[in-house]
Amino acid sequence: MSSRDEILQKITANKPASTRMPETIRYTTVYEDKLKQFTDTMAAIGGTAIRVQSYEQIIAVLEEKFGGISNKATTLPELAGWADFSLQIEDPHLLESVQVTVIRGHFGVAENAAVWVTEELLSHRALPFITQYLAIVIPEDSLVTNMHDAFEKIGKNSAGWGAFIAGPSKTADIEQSLVIGAHGPRGATVFLKS
Amino acid sequence: MYKAATDHATASEAFNKDKSYVDWHDETLWFVRVKRDRASKQLPEWEALRETASQIKNYVLSHMDDLLVRFEENAKKNGIHVHWAKDGAEHNRIVGSILKKHSIRQLIKSKSMLTEECHLNPYLQENGIEVIDTDLGERIVQLRQEPPTHIVLPAIHLKKKDIGDLFHEHLGTEAGASDPQYLTEAAREHLRETFMTRRAALTGVNFAVAETGGFMVCTNEGNADMGAHLADVHIASMGFEKLIPQFDHLGVFLRLLTRSATGQPITTYSSYFERPREGKELHIVIVDNGRSTQLGRPDFRNSLKCIRCGACMNTCPVYRRSGGHSYHHVVPGPIGSILAPNFDMRKNADLPFASTLCGSCTHVCPVKIDIHDQLYKWRQILAREGYVPTAKTLGIKIMTSVLSRPVFYQNAGKAARAMMRLLPAVTNNSLNPWYKQREMPAPPKESFREWYKKQRG
Repeated sequence: MSSRDEILQKITANKPASTRMPETIRYTTVYEDKLKQFTDTMAAIGGTAIRVQSYEQIIAVLEEKFGGISNKATTLPELAGWADFSLQIEDPHLLESVQVTVIRGHFGVAENAAVWVTEELLSHRALPFITQYLAIVIPEDSLVTNMHDAFEKIGKNSAGWGAFIAGPSKTADIEQSLVIGAHGPRGATVFLKS
Repeated sequence: MYKAATDHATASEAFNKDKSYVDWHDETLWFVRVKRDRASKQLPEWEALRETASQIKNYVLSHMDDLLVRFEENAKKNGIHVHWAKDGAEHNRIVGSILKKHSIRQLIKSKSMLTEECHLNPYLQENGIEVIDTDLGERIVQLRQEPPTHIVLPAIHLKKKDIGDLFHEHLGTEAGASDPQYLTEAAREHLRETFMTRRAALTGVNFAVAETGGFMVCTNEGNADMGAHLADVHIASMGFEKLIPQFDHLGVFLRLLTRSATGQPITTYSSYFERPREGKELHIVIVDNGRSTQLGRPDFRNSLKCIRCGACMNTCPVYRRSGGHSYHHVVPGPIGSILAPNFDMRKNADLPFASTLCGSCTHVCPVKIDIHDQLYKWRQILAREGYVPTAKTLGIKIMTSVLSRPVFYQNAGKAARAMMRLLPAVTNNSLNPWYKQREMPAPPKESFREWYKKQRG
């Protein structure tokens, strides 16, 4: 007998009597101000959320933060003029030198400042991790309150790969001291565009 | 090289030699517990969420076979290779053969307690394959050639000075440097080079979704994603209990997991894999390794609901003052102590006794595992099966004979009080384990019974 069948047989013999799925699997969260909740939470987890009205405004912020830096990449046609690194490459290892990347996200979650990103928004899955600094643009009115609403919004459109990204990469593995910039980006900005 | 201690009490004694170190360890973990409390109290529905998660996991336990078959079917449709392993050895052989097929001799790994449980690293090394752990804490303990001491905070037993010395030796950082920012940067540079050059990455699985055939991996560092998205081959290892029925159930578990673990509202990355990258390979190894046996133990099966948040460790007064290594099992602390006897009753007979049964673990568990009840129940079984040391059994037998005879009990109490007054050295000595690190209380002049009789006149 294969290991598969052996494992399944043993599980069938040993599993407990059938129980039912809980009736409630979602809860409602109400925030007086979703934008403020998102922005405050983002600050608490080491990132920055900025409200903007236009792409010109985004470029101005980027210029201020990353003015002298080269190897700037973006997947947004509206920011093509700002970027100097082409994402038209096959091998994701070539992204190693990317300093700043601006991508689009589907929506944000107020309770934890996470942004849902899927591969169809990216040139490579590795892009939001390998870049030294990451910025994500989401529509301001895309915010949902909590993760239950987030999964409802995703529905069955989970794509081949997707991630909730909440702030910059971090670790506290050395004496519980928080260090921003573990293996992924050293900084994360979310632009909430109206 | 790290050697496992003989039993929990002996190892704890060694851990307690340096009082200031133990206090630091205790306070550091308690601080994480406090952060968990703060995060959980921000959700008014916290207790209801725990109940929901618990019920979903109960459903999973009672439908495990059907759900696994559905998961396999859907994963295969997604182009994922699905493997099944009865035990750790088979898991390791499967991983080894995938690497061999691709002539890969170097593997990078993100955190997976399962691969620790299966002893994957030593197996691969014996077969000429280099393994590099990429979670910072795991890399630290790997360089020290010792197992992790905590499932979420693998190097929580180390001071920054220890890590500074270690990195000086292995990564060439400045001698004496111990700034966490500087040391983390050094590890980042060192591991970035490995991410760029390794063709195979292994990750764990936090949740596997039956209805979609996809799975979620949660990290703060981004190491699982760096590995998986750059490699040609991604292998994900999962114990079969990681299954959940529906995609939207992730909403429930992601709200609980990190708040319970570190007090963050969510991990930085919750990465959901449903299909391999074009032209690349994605493998899932579903592992049993004793889980189906545990599923058949009615008193202990719900330990399989565990989502590995580590909250029970952070809150445990025994764990905080004895350290992860004292548990000599891959998962330490309260949850480890109810999982370990299932693997080996003789070897792990001491672990269910490494608890005060205060119940704090049960109260913080996000999926409502009755941990302290199970610790108590394991004690009964271990005693019945003859795995409890004679001294302990004998002591309990004497207690039973005293407590079950009222007159004998009254006289024994009187004698003990007199003795403690007249000859304090009989109890206040190093042979009495209750005298360690504490003073014995002053013996009362009379028992409650004597006092009560007097009051009634």
